Amino acid sequence: MTRWAMAIDLRACVGCQTCTTACRHANATPPGVQWRKVLDVEQGEFPDVKRTFVPVGCMHCSDPPCMHVCPSTATKQRPDGIVTIDYDLCIGCGYCAVACPYQARHIVHEREFAYDDAPSKSEDARFDEKRMSVATKCTWCVDRIDDGLAKGLKPGVDPEATPACVNSCIANAYTFGDLHDPESNVSKKVDSTEWFRMHEELGTDPHIFYVVDEK
Amino acid sequence: MNRNQPASVRPWHQTNWDWRAALNFLGGGTGTGLLIAAAFAGGAAYAGLALGALACVAFGLFWVWMEIGKPWRAINVVFHPQTSWMTRESLVAGPLFVVAIAAAWYGALWLVAGAALLAALFLYCQARILKASKGIPAWREPAIVPLVIATGLAEGTGLAIVALVATGNLATRWLIAALVVVLIVRDLMWRQYRRALARGGAPKGALDVLAGIDLPFSLVGNWGPAALLLAAIPDYAAANTLALIAGIAALGAGWFLKFTIVARAAFNQGFALPALPIRGQGKRVAGTKPGWEKPAQG
Repeated sequence: MTRWAMAIDLRACVGCQTCTTACRHANATPPGVQWRKVLDVEQGEFPDVKRTFVPVGCMHCSDPPCMHVCPSTATKQRPDGIVTIDYDLCIGCGYCAVACPYQARHIVHEREFAYDDAPSKSEDARFDEKRMSVATKCTWCVDRIDDGLAKGLKPGVDPEATPACVNSCIANAYTFGDLHDPESNVSKKVDSTEWFRMHEELGTDPHIFYVVDEK
Repeated sequence: MNRNQPASVRPWHQTNWDWRAALNFLGGGTGTGLLIAAAFAGGAAYAGLALGALACVAFGLFWVWMEIGKPWRAINVVFHPQTSWMTRESLVAGPLFVVAIAAAWYGALWLVAGAALLAALFLYCQARILKASKGIPAWREPAIVPLVIATGLAEGTGLAIVALVATGNLATRWLIAALVVVLIVRDLMWRQYRRALARGGAPKGALDVLAGIDLPFSLVGNWGPAALLLAAIPDYAAANTLALIAGIAALGAGWFLKFTIVARAAFNQGFALPALPIRGQGKRVAGTKPGWEKPAQG
């Protein structure tokens, strides 16, 4: 059984935010909503300061608190681990958003535009009324994965079947693939490196692995 | 730790549930507490108290309905009883209204008891709604469950006394004693909740907000009214006035507490790096968890 997972090499990430932009382009998220964002973390005091860039978003947890609390069953988990939201069922109660320890969920009640009081042609063309006043979040570009698989492509290897953030990374910090396949890129990365998972102590079993060192 | 840490890394106050959500916890807790108190001490005034209690619960549910993004799909809230405490709360709400109205109308003991039981279930669901909110450290702390239940009972008992006295009835010694007990229990649960939060570690912002209400909540909300009520028991002539003041304080303090927890202390988890990346010749350094108060020692 496939289990999609992502590894992000924090040694490589330069904080360029290309993944954020690629995600926004691929998923047409409104201003202020970043399904994939990059944190800028400073540690220490001058002159001994460390700066780390940390891409975050939905961790597609194996035990997702958002799904457990959702009163409408709009939030579901597929057998391959991807956590999805059914926009037709969601009532926009926000319970999933307060249950998510990763601040990965967004609810937008009013339409906003990037540059003006009016939408650009692109914003108009890609506006989806279904996503108003309901919870939204990163889907790991599930449509690309499913479409790619249908064409016989391999997510994580073939760009057409791989999440936009992974494709766009200029530093090759992202690795995506099937964690249950020992030969996949992500399995090899996870097996050969030291990593942590965000807020693992909360028992959510998140599936983004943050690589910090070689083994 | 760097004090100039970007806000996006440190915990910040959640923006998904605002004062409307807080009103649901205020109305629901007070209403169900009142229904339970009325079952034990309502006497001839039971019907009025029960209807007042339902009005409180309905008030809370109305405001949460006003907060959801798709109010005309609200019926979908009942689809997930397997794991969602919000669904369970909504499923209890229907029978609660039916049974409590029937109890007010017929006054049969089994209906009164049934309404009190459903009220207790509704109150428990509300407490579990907060506990299941894993993204908010001040809510997910298990000690919040007995605290929310205790304050609901204190608010309801306080309101029962206020309503009885205001309508020219006598607050029974039994009801006065019950309020003393729940006020003491509420204060103990409050202390246990704050100790548990400090022990496990929590966002500094949440701990600061809670520390800020400690003295007024305990003094004006719990020990002050408890002392008034104790003074009232032997001097039955003054009892009603003292009980009225104590009831108002118990009720107001409960609302103050829940509004603070839901609308002011709800800092999210923020982000943490248990380890920092090792680059080139870099050496291993400790991770970072900005904006958090470390767990208390011992």
